[in-house]
Amino acid sequence: MQEPEITDDLIAAHGLKSDEFAEILKLLDREPTFTELGIFSAMWNEHCSYKSSKKWLRTLPTEGPQVICGPGENAGVVDIGDGQAVVFKMESHNHPSYIEPYQGAATGVGGILRDVFTMGARPIAAMNSLSFGRPEHPKTRSLVAGVVEGVGGYGNAFGVPTVGGEVRFDASYDGNCLVNAFAAGLADTDSIFYSAASGVGRPVVYLGAKTGRDGVGGATMASAEFDDTIEEKRPTVQVGDPFTEKRLLEACLELMQTGAVVSIQDMGAAGLTCSAVEMGDKGGLGVRLNLDAVPVREENMTAYEMMLSESQERMLMVLDPDKEDVARAVFDKWDLDFAVVGETIAEDRFLILHGNEVKADLPLKALSGTAPEYDRKWVPTPAPAALADVPAIDAMDALRSLIGSPNYAAKQWVWEQYDSQVMADTLRTPGQGAGIIRVHGTGKALAFTSDVTPRYVVADPETGGAQAVAEAYRNLSAVGAKPLSSTDNLNFGNPEKPAIMGQLVGAIKGIGAACLALDMPIVSGNVSLYNETDGAGILPTPTIGAVGLIAAGEAPIGGTAQPGQVALLVGETHGHIGCSALLAEAWGRRDGAPPPVDLEAERRNGTFIRENRTLIGGATDLSDGGLALAAFEMAEASGTGVSLDAADIPTLFGEDQARYLLACNFDAAEALMPAAAQAGVTIAYVGKFGGDTVNFGGDSASLADLASLYRTAFAAAVG
Amino acid sequence: MKAAVLVFPGSNCDRDLAEGFRSIGADVSMVWHKDTVLPEGTDIVGVPGGFSFGDYLRCGAIAAQSPITRALVAHAKRGGFVLGICNGFQVLTETGLLPGALMRNAGLKFVCRTVDLRVETDDSAFTHGYGKGAEIRLPVAHHDGNYVADPDALSRLTGEDRIALRYTEAVNGSVDNIAGVLSENRRVLGLMPHPERAIDAAQGNTDGKAMFTSLTGAMALA
Repeated sequence: MQEPEITDDLIAAHGLKSDEFAEILKLLDREPTFTELGIFSAMWNEHCSYKSSKKWLRTLPTEGPQVICGPGENAGVVDIGDGQAVVFKMESHNHPSYIEPYQGAATGVGGILRDVFTMGARPIAAMNSLSFGRPEHPKTRSLVAGVVEGVGGYGNAFGVPTVGGEVRFDASYDGNCLVNAFAAGLADTDSIFYSAASGVGRPVVYLGAKTGRDGVGGATMASAEFDDTIEEKRPTVQVGDPFTEKRLLEACLELMQTGAVVSIQDMGAAGLTCSAVEMGDKGGLGVRLNLDAVPVREENMTAYEMMLSESQERMLMVLDPDKEDVARAVFDKWDLDFAVVGETIAEDRFLILHGNEVKADLPLKALSGTAPEYDRKWVPTPAPAALADVPAIDAMDALRSLIGSPNYAAKQWVWEQYDSQVMADTLRTPGQGAGIIRVHGTGKALAFTSDVTPRYVVADPETGGAQAVAEAYRNLSAVGAKPLSSTDNLNFGNPEKPAIMGQLVGAIKGIGAACLALDMPIVSGNVSLYNETDGAGILPTPTIGAVGLIAAGEAPIGGTAQPGQVALLVGETHGHIGCSALLAEAWGRRDGAPPPVDLEAERRNGTFIRENRTLIGGATDLSDGGLALAAFEMAEASGTGVSLDAADIPTLFGEDQARYLLACNFDAAEALMPAAAQAGVTIAYVGKFGGDTVNFGGDSASLADLASLYRTAFAAAVG
Repeated sequence: MKAAVLVFPGSNCDRDLAEGFRSIGADVSMVWHKDTVLPEGTDIVGVPGGFSFGDYLRCGAIAAQSPITRALVAHAKRGGFVLGICNGFQVLTETGLLPGALMRNAGLKFVCRTVDLRVETDDSAFTHGYGKGAEIRLPVAHHDGNYVADPDALSRLTGEDRIALRYTEAVNGSVDNIAGVLSENRRVLGLMPHPERAIDAAQGNTDGKAMFTSLTGAMALA
């Protein structure tokens, strides 16, 4: 086939800036072929190269005695004792999900699961953090329906329990929803698999599904803003097949046990290009590929299409040549494609052959090593406006404004579409803070949470970034899990705008400080930029996924209360109402500063909760909606009423950080008091559980009526 | 007691079901779908939940054509015990070992939650430990659990006391709220709920345990 001529338009269509193209000319000392242009565009786009964020990502804390492998591999690896490790990562699939919600979300889940089992870990838990536009926006309902069904459709069939996540709505996501998928797996520390190739002349093997034209140019698309040509981008979305992924998982894990695998890399964004370059680059080797051997499911595919296809459920592997027969037998058993498509070579070269022609001949190291890196201009986010007067509101009306909003209503409409119990190790299902999964066959358990408060981040990125980590720390501590480590999924607008870049820089600073102070190093992550439509950016949304460990012999802390138990509040209350959920839901306001984050207090209070687990009947962290929403949620989940002494709105709905609500028997509460005093932790009686009403300082309503609103508001708004 | 759990390429509750059998001290073999025979002396075959072949067309239809399924049918015809859960129930209806079919849920959505059920008969190896009329709660997780059967089949099921479990709340639109049915010889049970997800106090529910412990007694007699 005649390849198109390299023109300015073609270069621009590949998302390459003119100075970037000049760099390519300098590197090659000639004009690139069409296939080479495609390869550069795939490797140098924002999605694969992190060219705008790299400088700042380097500042994040990524090390600690618990960390076995930090960022840079397919997923992070963290020690959980007894020769076992948890392997996890969170990744966005925002742009594809907006274009084609079911497949976009499904393949987002598929991609993150592959990242985990590529490292030799069996996936044991999934979560997803979803952000949609206003419920009344004409696209929102169909996006919610499609994304939720897609997440469920893939994860349920694959067989991984979905144990947590978030769903939020805000006008800033009207034209650009966020789908952040998290997965965690379990591996033995002595059999973790990495992507670095080693050994010259070893076979490069293609595994899994066949290659089609789906997703050609997907990574480049994911690095562009949206405009009204969006419908034309539909063919760049991939199609998922969880049945093939399930077989790929089993075949890979079986193959890894045979000792045949030298290195392995999944084909995600920019498919064959990215995976081959990564394996070669990390191993200091070159790679020669013969595309005639690539299993295809469409006719007349060009080298360009094969190199850029994002067909799902595929892996690339460097094999021990002596074990090729063993490997082939495993893939035959699972009826998956297995093809030797190339070999490792000593020279620093990425050589692509197709139909006896050289389609690309590039210096391999330069493709990732010299990918452009920008020190983008940024301006600090100006201090938020002072909080204007807050109108008077009845406490029950304030509560109703929250629980009647799809942001804070019960989300069983979503969770019930996800299989949360497959594998039969789920100790806590979604909707009650952190999800908990037992480590099969041991007394240990792992807790999972994902958190961010975009309102806070837009007002003050540094505080907001720190708060996301602090809230994750609290959610883990509230179930009695020791926070181990975290993954970040940074969703922002166009980094070429200094104000947006300022948000990114600020958030990373806040996240870094909090991860350091709370000993939750970042071990993996993903950056999604250009989340804008027609020039309007999303609320900056740096989602934090975090994992905690419940040791053998320790029971998780429950999340419910018994009638007659007292309500205790841990942490200091100042009634901080700026940037609160109440302001947003009752009056559509977002003024004031977010609540300050005191990392020392977070650590002190979280440690206190975990160390006194046996005295605590039930616990929940306080976040959006403050004491009032936490007390209502705990009461509703327990089927018992609650009565709080406080009557004033700031005390009830303020969002001061580092706080927990506990339900305890009286004797246990009495024992907690001196323990708190000794630990320097503020604790106070704030009310009691029981009866059939929710009562805030004398203002009360029937629990059944409130529960009915809480249970129906989500479906009423977007179901 | 010897149990065999069938493994199709898309099974994903196979380990869970094996653990259920092990919880009553059974000796469990995992049997690959391309195998043609069951292990010698198999007392009970478990057909697990999952998406046997992706189930993109009709759930369980391709699994019903797998080599091992012929051995499963022969085992049942010999009077062997069979427990099919969720996708396993779908496979059993596709093989004809159980009447009826499982259609898409009435609400069209996948549904995963713990539901209220009533044990309708204690005259089976699977349910005698519950007692007739026992109210229990078990998790469900399916997209296609809407049980249908023609009127004749339904009246036979009712008349022969072969409806093992009924939902006592609206779950998926099943005719007569049927959640599980028995074969004519009462040795094959298919059900949509997952007893194997409720056998351990740590899971917060042990209502599934009696289904497995019931089997121990029945096997001793068999």
